[in-house]
Amino acid sequence: MKWLGLNWPQVVALLGDHIRLVVPAIALSILIAVPVGRLAGRHRSLGRPLLGVATLLYAVPALPLLVILPVVLGLPLRSAVTITAALTIYGVALLVRTAADAFGAVDAGVHEAAVALGYSGWGLFWRVDLPLAVPVLLSGIRVVVVSTVGLATIGALTGQSSLGTLLTDGFQRGIAGEVVTGVVVTVVLALVLDGLTLLVGRAITPWRRVAA
Amino acid sequence: MNLGETFTWLATHWAGPGGIGARLAQHLLLTLAVVAVAAIVALPLGVLIGHTHKGAAVVGASVGAARAIPTLGLLTLFGLALGIGLRAPVLALVILALPSLLAGAYAGVETVPPAVVEAARAVGLSETQIVWRVELPLGAPVIIGGLRAATLQVVSTATLAAYIADTGLGRFLFIGLKSRDYAQMVGGAILVIALALILEVTLAATQRLVSVHVTHPRQ
Repeated sequence: MKWLGLNWPQVVALLGDHIRLVVPAIALSILIAVPVGRLAGRHRSLGRPLLGVATLLYAVPALPLLVILPVVLGLPLRSAVTITAALTIYGVALLVRTAADAFGAVDAGVHEAAVALGYSGWGLFWRVDLPLAVPVLLSGIRVVVVSTVGLATIGALTGQSSLGTLLTDGFQRGIAGEVVTGVVVTVVLALVLDGLTLLVGRAITPWRRVAA
Repeated sequence: MNLGETFTWLATHWAGPGGIGARLAQHLLLTLAVVAVAAIVALPLGVLIGHTHKGAAVVGASVGAARAIPTLGLLTLFGLALGIGLRAPVLALVILALPSLLAGAYAGVETVPPAVVEAARAVGLSETQIVWRVELPLGAPVIIGGLRAATLQVVSTATLAAYIADTGLGRFLFIGLKSRDYAQMVGGAILVIALALILEVTLAATQRLVSVHVTHPRQ
Protein backbone atom coordinates (compact mmCIF):
# COMPACT_ATOMS: atom_id res chain seq x y z
CA MET A 1 0.00 0.00 0.00
CA LYS A 2 2.81 2.38 0.88
CA TRP A 3 4.58 1.55 -2.37
CA LEU A 4 1.39 2.15 -4.33
CA GLY A 5 0.82 5.48 -2.56
CA LEU A 6 4.23 6.74 -3.69
CA ASN A 7 4.18 5.29 -7.20
CA TRP A 8 0.60 5.41 -8.40
CA PRO A 9 1.30 7.61 -11.47
CA GLN A 10 3.67 4.90 -12.78
CA VAL A 11 1.03 2.22 -12.10
CA VAL A 12 -1.59 4.20 -14.02
CA ALA A 13 0.80 4.65 -16.98
CA LEU A 14 1.57 0.90 -17.03
CA LEU A 15 -2.13 0.11 -16.75
CA GLY A 16 -2.64 2.23 -19.88
CA ASP A 17 0.15 0.33 -21.68
CA HIS A 18 -1.42 -2.96 -20.61
CA ILE A 19 -4.86 -1.99 -21.90
CA ARG A 20 -3.32 -0.89 -25.23
CA LEU A 21 -1.81 -4.39 -25.61
CA VAL A 22 -4.80 -6.51 -24.59
CA VAL A 23 -7.83 -4.71 -26.02
CA PRO A 24 -6.69 -4.93 -29.69
CA ALA A 25 -5.64 -8.56 -29.11
CA ILE A 26 -9.06 -9.47 -27.67
CA ALA A 27 -10.88 -7.66 -30.48
CA LEU A 28 -8.74 -9.35 -33.17
CA SER A 29 -9.22 -12.77 -31.53
CA ILE A 30 -12.99 -12.38 -31.74
CA LEU A 31 -12.89 -11.04 -35.33
CA ILE A 32 -10.76 -13.99 -36.49
CA ALA A 33 -12.13 -16.82 -34.33
CA VAL A 34 -15.85 -16.21 -34.98
CA PRO A 35 -15.80 -16.71 -38.79
CA VAL A 36 -13.23 -19.52 -38.54
CA GLY A 37 -15.29 -21.16 -35.81
CA ARG A 38 -18.45 -20.93 -37.91
CA LEU A 39 -16.63 -22.57 -40.80
CA ALA A 40 -15.37 -25.32 -38.49
CA GLY A 41 -18.77 -25.76 -36.82
CA ARG A 42 -20.75 -26.10 -40.06
CA HIS A 43 -18.26 -28.17 -42.07
CA ARG A 44 -16.97 -31.07 -40.00
CA SER A 45 -14.36 -32.18 -42.55
CA LEU A 46 -12.80 -28.73 -42.41
CA GLY A 47 -13.43 -28.34 -38.70
CA ARG A 48 -11.37 -31.26 -37.42
CA PRO A 49 -8.01 -30.16 -38.87
CA LEU A 50 -8.73 -26.50 -37.99
CA LEU A 51 -9.44 -27.38 -34.35
CA GLY A 52 -6.36 -29.62 -34.31
CA VAL A 53 -4.17 -26.71 -35.37
CA ALA A 54 -5.82 -24.50 -32.73
CA THR A 55 -5.05 -27.06 -29.99
CA LEU A 56 -1.40 -27.27 -31.07
CA LEU A 57 -1.05 -23.47 -31.22
CA TYR A 58 -2.43 -23.19 -27.72
CA ALA A 59 0.22 -25.68 -26.54
CA VAL A 60 3.08 -23.41 -27.67
CA PRO A 61 4.63 -21.81 -24.55
CA ALA A 62 4.26 -18.03 -24.32
CA LEU A 63 7.78 -16.72 -23.80
CA PRO A 64 9.31 -18.86 -26.60
CA LEU A 65 6.52 -17.64 -28.89
CA LEU A 66 7.42 -14.01 -28.08
CA VAL A 67 11.01 -14.81 -29.09
CA ILE A 68 10.17 -16.77 -32.25
CA LEU A 69 7.40 -14.51 -33.56
CA PRO A 70 9.68 -11.57 -34.44
CA VAL A 71 11.87 -13.96 -36.46
CA VAL A 72 8.85 -15.33 -38.32
CA LEU A 73 7.14 -11.97 -38.89
CA GLY A 74 10.31 -9.90 -39.36
CA LEU A 75 9.46 -7.59 -36.44
CA PRO A 76 11.78 -6.07 -33.83
CA LEU A 77 12.00 -8.11 -30.59
CA ARG A 78 10.69 -5.33 -28.38
CA SER A 79 7.48 -4.17 -30.01
CA ALA A 80 3.89 -3.92 -28.94
CA VAL A 81 2.88 -5.56 -32.24
CA THR A 82 4.75 -8.76 -31.31
CA ILE A 83 2.94 -9.01 -27.96
CA THR A 84 -0.45 -8.25 -29.47
CA ALA A 85 0.17 -10.79 -32.26
CA ALA A 86 1.12 -13.49 -29.72
CA LEU A 87 -1.89 -12.70 -27.52
CA THR A 88 -4.12 -12.84 -30.60
CA ILE A 89 -2.77 -16.29 -31.53
CA TYR A 90 -3.64 -17.63 -28.06
CA GLY A 91 -6.99 -15.86 -28.09
CA VAL A 92 -7.94 -17.35 -31.46
CA ALA A 93 -6.69 -20.82 -30.44
CA LEU A 94 -8.85 -20.65 -27.28
CA LEU A 95 -11.95 -19.17 -28.91
CA VAL A 96 -12.15 -21.17 -32.16
CA ARG A 97 -13.27 -24.34 -30.37
CA THR A 98 -15.98 -22.52 -28.43
CA ALA A 99 -17.09 -20.70 -31.60
CA ALA A 100 -17.30 -24.01 -33.50
CA ASP A 101 -19.40 -25.47 -30.65
CA ALA A 102 -21.57 -22.33 -30.56
CA PHE A 103 -22.37 -22.43 -34.29
CA GLY A 104 -22.57 -26.24 -34.31
CA ALA A 105 -25.26 -26.04 -31.61
CA VAL A 106 -27.51 -23.72 -33.64
CA ASP A 107 -30.68 -25.73 -34.25
CA ALA A 108 -30.54 -27.16 -37.80
CA GLY A 109 -34.33 -26.71 -38.09
CA VAL A 110 -34.07 -23.00 -37.30
CA HIS A 111 -31.21 -22.68 -39.77
CA GLU A 112 -33.24 -24.38 -42.52
CA ALA A 113 -36.37 -22.38 -41.71
CA ALA A 114 -34.31 -19.22 -42.18
CA VAL A 115 -33.05 -20.50 -45.54
CA ALA A 116 -36.70 -21.24 -46.50
CA LEU A 117 -37.61 -17.65 -45.57
CA GLY A 118 -35.03 -16.45 -48.07
CA TYR A 119 -32.00 -15.79 -45.89
CA SER A 120 -28.69 -16.63 -47.45
CA GLY A 121 -25.00 -15.93 -47.05
CA TRP A 122 -24.32 -12.79 -45.05
CA GLY A 123 -27.90 -12.33 -43.81
CA LEU A 124 -28.06 -15.91 -42.59
CA PHE A 125 -24.84 -15.46 -40.63
CA TRP A 126 -25.52 -11.98 -39.31
CA ARG A 127 -29.26 -12.21 -38.50
CA VAL A 128 -29.81 -15.89 -37.68
CA ASP A 129 -26.68 -17.93 -36.80
CA LEU A 130 -24.71 -15.25 -34.95
CA PRO A 131 -27.47 -14.08 -32.56
CA LEU A 132 -28.24 -17.70 -31.68
CA ALA A 133 -24.55 -18.44 -31.08
CA VAL A 134 -23.89 -15.35 -28.94
CA PRO A 135 -24.61 -16.86 -25.50
CA VAL A 136 -22.08 -19.69 -25.96
CA LEU A 137 -19.63 -17.40 -27.77
CA LEU A 138 -19.80 -15.00 -24.86
CA SER A 139 -18.67 -17.62 -22.35
CA GLY A 140 -15.64 -18.30 -24.57
CA ILE A 141 -14.89 -14.60 -25.00
CA ARG A 142 -14.93 -14.11 -21.23
CA VAL A 143 -12.28 -16.85 -20.87
CA VAL A 144 -10.18 -15.15 -23.56
CA VAL A 145 -10.52 -11.73 -21.88
CA VAL A 146 -9.36 -12.99 -18.49
CA SER A 147 -6.48 -15.14 -19.76
CA THR A 148 -5.24 -12.46 -22.21
CA VAL A 149 -4.98 -9.87 -19.44
CA GLY A 150 -2.89 -12.26 -17.33
CA LEU A 151 -0.75 -13.47 -20.21
CA ALA A 152 0.18 -9.96 -21.37
CA THR A 153 2.39 -9.58 -18.27
CA ILE A 154 4.90 -12.00 -19.89
CA GLY A 155 5.76 -9.23 -22.37
CA ALA A 156 7.74 -7.54 -19.58
CA LEU A 157 10.35 -10.31 -19.93
CA THR A 158 11.22 -9.17 -23.45
CA GLY A 159 11.11 -5.52 -22.38
CA GLN A 160 7.59 -4.50 -23.43
CA SER A 161 6.11 -2.26 -20.74
CA SER A 162 2.83 -3.41 -19.20
CA LEU A 163 1.59 -4.26 -15.71
CA GLY A 164 4.13 -7.10 -15.97
CA THR A 165 6.86 -4.46 -15.62
CA LEU A 166 5.81 -4.14 -11.96
CA LEU A 167 6.47 -7.88 -11.56
CA THR A 168 9.95 -7.91 -13.14
CA ASP A 169 11.04 -4.55 -11.71
CA GLY A 170 9.72 -5.44 -8.25
CA PHE A 171 11.47 -8.80 -8.35
CA GLN A 172 14.81 -7.38 -9.48
CA ARG A 173 14.79 -4.60 -6.90
CA GLY A 174 13.34 -6.84 -4.18
CA ILE A 175 10.21 -4.74 -3.58
CA ALA A 176 7.41 -7.15 -2.66
CA GLY A 177 4.87 -4.30 -2.55
CA GLU A 178 5.50 -3.57 -6.22
CA VAL A 179 5.01 -7.23 -7.25
CA VAL A 180 1.84 -7.50 -5.16
CA THR A 181 0.55 -4.28 -6.76
CA GLY A 182 1.24 -5.76 -10.20
CA VAL A 183 -0.63 -8.98 -9.40
CA VAL A 184 -3.60 -7.22 -7.80
CA VAL A 185 -4.01 -4.57 -10.53
CA THR A 186 -3.76 -7.29 -13.23
CA VAL A 187 -6.44 -9.40 -11.54
CA VAL A 188 -8.69 -6.35 -11.02
CA LEU A 189 -8.28 -5.33 -14.69
CA ALA A 190 -9.19 -8.89 -15.75
CA LEU A 191 -12.32 -8.83 -13.56
CA VAL A 192 -13.37 -5.36 -14.77
CA LEU A 193 -13.00 -6.30 -18.45
CA ASP A 194 -14.81 -9.59 -17.75
CA GLY A 195 -17.67 -7.64 -16.16
CA LEU A 196 -17.81 -5.25 -19.12
CA THR A 197 -17.97 -8.23 -21.52
CA LEU A 198 -20.84 -9.65 -19.50
CA LEU A 199 -22.70 -6.30 -19.65
CA VAL A 200 -22.18 -5.96 -23.42
CA GLY A 201 -23.40 -9.54 -23.81
CA ARG A 202 -26.59 -8.76 -21.87
CA ALA A 203 -27.15 -5.61 -23.93
CA ILE A 204 -26.89 -7.38 -27.29
CA THR A 205 -29.15 -10.31 -26.32
CA PRO A 206 -32.30 -8.56 -25.05
CA TRP A 207 -34.49 -11.61 -25.87
CA ARG A 208 -32.72 -13.64 -23.19
CA ARG A 209 -33.75 -11.20 -20.50
CA VAL A 210 -37.38 -11.62 -21.50
CA ALA A 211 -37.03 -15.39 -21.36
CA ALA A 212 -35.41 -15.22 -17.92
CA MET B 1 18.62 -12.62 -37.07
CA ASN B 2 20.40 -15.47 -38.76
CA LEU B 3 18.70 -18.86 -38.59
CA GLY B 4 21.94 -20.56 -39.67
CA GLU B 5 23.60 -19.40 -36.43
CA THR B 6 20.66 -20.75 -34.46
CA PHE B 7 21.03 -24.19 -36.00
CA THR B 8 24.78 -24.14 -35.38
CA TRP B 9 24.07 -23.26 -31.75
CA LEU B 10 21.47 -26.04 -31.51
CA ALA B 11 23.92 -28.56 -32.96
CA THR B 12 26.94 -27.66 -30.82
CA HIS B 13 25.72 -26.92 -27.28
CA TRP B 14 24.54 -30.28 -25.99
CA ALA B 15 27.35 -31.23 -23.57
CA GLY B 16 28.41 -29.85 -20.20
CA PRO B 17 26.63 -28.76 -16.99
CA GLY B 18 24.93 -25.81 -18.72
CA GLY B 19 24.40 -27.60 -22.03
CA ILE B 20 21.15 -28.48 -23.77
CA GLY B 21 21.20 -32.07 -22.44
CA ALA B 22 21.48 -30.99 -18.81
CA ARG B 23 18.91 -28.18 -19.17
CA LEU B 24 16.48 -30.50 -20.94
CA ALA B 25 16.82 -33.07 -18.13
CA GLN B 26 16.23 -30.33 -15.51
CA HIS B 27 13.19 -29.07 -17.38
CA LEU B 28 11.65 -32.53 -17.68
CA LEU B 29 12.45 -33.52 -14.08
CA LEU B 30 10.99 -30.27 -12.73
CA THR B 31 7.83 -30.76 -14.82
CA LEU B 32 7.47 -34.39 -13.78
CA ALA B 33 8.05 -33.67 -10.07
CA VAL B 34 5.61 -30.74 -10.04
CA VAL B 35 2.84 -32.63 -11.85
CA ALA B 36 3.35 -35.65 -9.57
CA VAL B 37 3.11 -33.59 -6.37
CA ALA B 38 0.12 -31.62 -7.67
CA ALA B 39 -1.62 -34.85 -8.77
CA ILE B 40 -1.14 -36.45 -5.34
CA VAL B 41 -2.96 -33.48 -3.80
CA ALA B 42 -5.56 -32.68 -6.47
CA LEU B 43 -6.69 -36.04 -7.87
CA PRO B 44 -8.04 -37.59 -4.62
CA LEU B 45 -9.68 -34.27 -3.73
CA GLY B 46 -11.29 -33.92 -7.17
CA VAL B 47 -12.53 -37.53 -7.11
CA LEU B 48 -13.96 -37.01 -3.62
CA ILE B 49 -15.81 -33.85 -4.71
CA GLY B 50 -17.08 -35.60 -7.84
CA HIS B 51 -18.24 -38.67 -5.91
CA THR B 52 -19.98 -36.83 -3.07
CA HIS B 53 -21.19 -33.88 -5.22
CA LYS B 54 -20.11 -31.63 -2.33
CA GLY B 55 -17.80 -28.66 -2.80
CA ALA B 56 -18.15 -28.25 -6.58
CA ALA B 57 -17.96 -24.47 -6.05
CA VAL B 58 -14.35 -24.91 -4.84
CA VAL B 59 -13.42 -26.39 -8.22
CA GLY B 60 -15.04 -23.57 -10.18
CA ALA B 61 -13.49 -20.88 -7.99
CA SER B 62 -9.98 -22.36 -8.22
CA VAL B 63 -10.17 -22.64 -12.01
CA GLY B 64 -11.40 -19.04 -12.31
CA ALA B 65 -8.74 -17.68 -9.94
CA ALA B 66 -5.97 -19.61 -11.70
CA ARG B 67 -6.97 -18.04 -15.01
CA ALA B 68 -6.92 -14.50 -13.64
CA ILE B 69 -3.68 -14.60 -11.60
CA PRO B 70 -0.63 -13.87 -13.79
CA THR B 71 1.81 -16.80 -13.61
CA LEU B 72 4.79 -14.44 -13.70
CA GLY B 73 3.34 -12.66 -10.64
CA LEU B 74 3.06 -15.89 -8.69
CA LEU B 75 6.63 -16.88 -9.64
CA THR B 76 8.19 -13.53 -8.73
CA LEU B 77 6.27 -13.33 -5.44
CA PHE B 78 7.44 -16.78 -4.38
CA GLY B 79 10.93 -15.94 -5.63
CA LEU B 80 11.06 -12.88 -3.37
CA ALA B 81 9.58 -14.74 -0.41
CA LEU B 82 11.66 -17.93 -0.62
CA GLY B 83 14.89 -16.70 -2.22
CA ILE B 84 16.90 -18.29 -4.99
CA GLY B 85 16.80 -22.04 -5.43
CA LEU B 86 14.21 -24.52 -6.56
CA ARG B 87 11.71 -24.17 -3.70
CA ALA B 88 10.02 -21.04 -5.10
CA PRO B 89 9.42 -22.28 -8.67
CA VAL B 90 8.34 -25.75 -7.50
CA LEU B 91 5.78 -24.29 -5.11
CA ALA B 92 4.47 -21.75 -7.63
CA LEU B 93 4.21 -24.38 -10.38
CA VAL B 94 2.41 -26.86 -8.09
CA ILE B 95 -0.18 -24.18 -7.28
CA LEU B 96 -0.61 -23.47 -11.01
CA ALA B 97 -1.07 -27.16 -11.82
CA LEU B 98 -3.69 -27.84 -9.13
CA PRO B 99 -6.82 -26.32 -10.78
CA SER B 100 -6.57 -28.28 -14.08
CA LEU B 101 -6.01 -31.55 -12.22
CA LEU B 102 -8.79 -30.82 -9.74
CA ALA B 103 -11.22 -29.87 -12.51
CA GLY B 104 -10.31 -32.96 -14.58
CA ALA B 105 -10.74 -35.38 -11.68
CA TYR B 106 -13.98 -33.72 -10.60
CA ALA B 107 -15.48 -33.58 -14.10
CA GLY B 108 -14.37 -37.14 -14.91
CA VAL B 109 -16.17 -38.62 -11.89
CA GLU B 110 -19.08 -36.19 -12.06
CA THR B 111 -19.95 -37.08 -15.68
CA VAL B 112 -20.45 -40.79 -14.94
CA PRO B 113 -24.25 -41.21 -15.35
CA PRO B 114 -26.03 -41.42 -11.96
CA ALA B 115 -27.94 -44.49 -13.19
CA VAL B 116 -24.66 -46.37 -13.64
CA VAL B 117 -23.53 -45.48 -10.12
CA GLU B 118 -26.93 -46.47 -8.68
CA ALA B 119 -26.83 -49.77 -10.56
CA ALA B 120 -23.38 -50.47 -9.09
CA ARG B 121 -24.72 -49.68 -5.62
CA ALA B 122 -27.75 -51.93 -6.23
CA VAL B 123 -25.60 -54.96 -7.12
CA GLY B 124 -23.81 -54.52 -3.81
CA LEU B 125 -20.62 -52.56 -4.53
CA SER B 126 -19.31 -50.52 -1.59
CA GLU B 127 -18.63 -46.78 -2.04
CA THR B 128 -14.88 -47.47 -2.31
CA GLN B 129 -15.51 -50.13 -4.94
CA ILE B 130 -17.78 -47.76 -6.88
CA VAL B 131 -15.00 -45.17 -6.99
CA TRP B 132 -12.28 -47.64 -8.02
CA ARG B 133 -14.20 -49.97 -10.33
CA VAL B 134 -16.87 -47.70 -11.85
CA GLU B 135 -16.17 -43.99 -11.58
CA LEU B 136 -12.39 -43.98 -12.09
CA PRO B 137 -12.33 -46.25 -15.18
CA LEU B 138 -15.27 -44.44 -16.83
CA GLY B 139 -13.91 -41.00 -15.93
CA ALA B 140 -10.35 -41.85 -16.99
CA PRO B 141 -10.36 -40.00 -20.34
CA VAL B 142 -11.47 -36.74 -18.69
CA ILE B 143 -9.08 -37.22 -15.75
CA ILE B 144 -6.21 -37.76 -18.21
CA GLY B 145 -7.39 -34.63 -20.04
CA GLY B 146 -6.82 -32.68 -16.81
CA LEU B 147 -3.38 -34.28 -16.47
CA ARG B 148 -2.61 -33.24 -20.05
CA ALA B 149 -3.67 -29.63 -19.46
CA ALA B 150 -1.67 -29.45 -16.21
CA THR B 151 1.46 -30.97 -17.77
CA LEU B 152 1.38 -28.53 -20.67
CA GLN B 153 0.90 -25.58 -18.39
CA VAL B 154 3.78 -26.69 -16.16
CA VAL B 155 6.20 -27.43 -19.02
CA SER B 156 5.37 -24.02 -20.47
CA THR B 157 5.62 -22.10 -17.19
CA ALA B 158 8.80 -23.96 -16.19
CA THR B 159 10.42 -21.78 -18.87
CA LEU B 160 9.51 -18.71 -16.81
CA ALA B 161 10.86 -20.43 -13.68
CA ALA B 162 14.34 -19.82 -15.14
CA TYR B 163 13.73 -16.13 -14.41
CA ILE B 164 13.88 -16.78 -10.66
CA ALA B 165 16.03 -19.93 -10.51
CA ASP B 166 18.97 -21.43 -12.39
CA THR B 167 17.04 -24.27 -13.98
CA GLY B 168 15.59 -25.60 -17.21
CA LEU B 169 15.57 -24.65 -20.88
CA GLY B 170 14.32 -21.16 -20.04
CA ARG B 171 17.90 -20.26 -19.00
CA PHE B 172 18.90 -20.13 -22.68
CA LEU B 173 16.14 -17.61 -23.34
CA PHE B 174 17.04 -15.36 -20.44
CA ILE B 175 20.82 -15.56 -21.03
CA GLY B 176 20.20 -14.88 -24.73
CA LEU B 177 17.88 -11.94 -24.01
CA LYS B 178 20.34 -10.37 -21.57
CA SER B 179 23.44 -10.77 -23.73
CA ARG B 180 21.63 -10.20 -27.05
CA ASP B 181 22.77 -13.65 -28.15
CA TYR B 182 19.99 -14.25 -30.65
CA ALA B 183 21.21 -17.71 -31.70
CA GLN B 184 20.99 -18.95 -28.10
CA MET B 185 17.68 -17.19 -27.47
CA VAL B 186 15.93 -18.50 -30.58
CA GLY B 187 17.55 -21.94 -30.17
CA GLY B 188 16.22 -22.15 -26.60
CA ALA B 189 12.77 -21.07 -27.77
CA ILE B 190 12.74 -23.77 -30.47
CA LEU B 191 13.72 -26.41 -27.88
CA VAL B 192 10.94 -25.43 -25.46
CA ILE B 193 8.31 -25.32 -28.21
CA ALA B 194 9.43 -28.73 -29.54
CA LEU B 195 9.29 -30.23 -26.05
CA ALA B 196 5.80 -28.82 -25.40
CA LEU B 197 4.45 -30.02 -28.74
CA ILE B 198 5.90 -33.54 -28.29
CA LEU B 199 4.30 -33.77 -24.84
CA GLU B 200 0.98 -32.44 -26.17
CA VAL B 201 0.84 -34.94 -29.03
CA THR B 202 1.87 -37.87 -26.78
CA LEU B 203 -0.66 -37.01 -24.07
CA ALA B 204 -3.44 -36.39 -26.61
CA ALA B 205 -2.77 -39.83 -28.13
CA THR B 206 -2.84 -41.42 -24.66
CA GLN B 207 -6.14 -39.72 -23.90
CA ARG B 208 -7.63 -40.96 -27.19
CA LEU B 209 -6.40 -44.51 -26.54
CA VAL B 210 -7.94 -44.52 -23.06
CA SER B 211 -11.28 -43.20 -24.29
CA VAL B 212 -11.44 -45.85 -27.01
CA HIS B 213 -10.71 -48.43 -24.31
CA VAL B 214 -13.57 -47.06 -22.18
CA THR B 215 -16.17 -46.89 -24.97
CA HIS B 216 -15.19 -50.18 -26.69
CA PRO B 217 -13.61 -52.28 -23.93
CA ARG B 218 -13.39 -55.50 -25.96
CA GLN B 219 -11.32 -54.12 -28.81
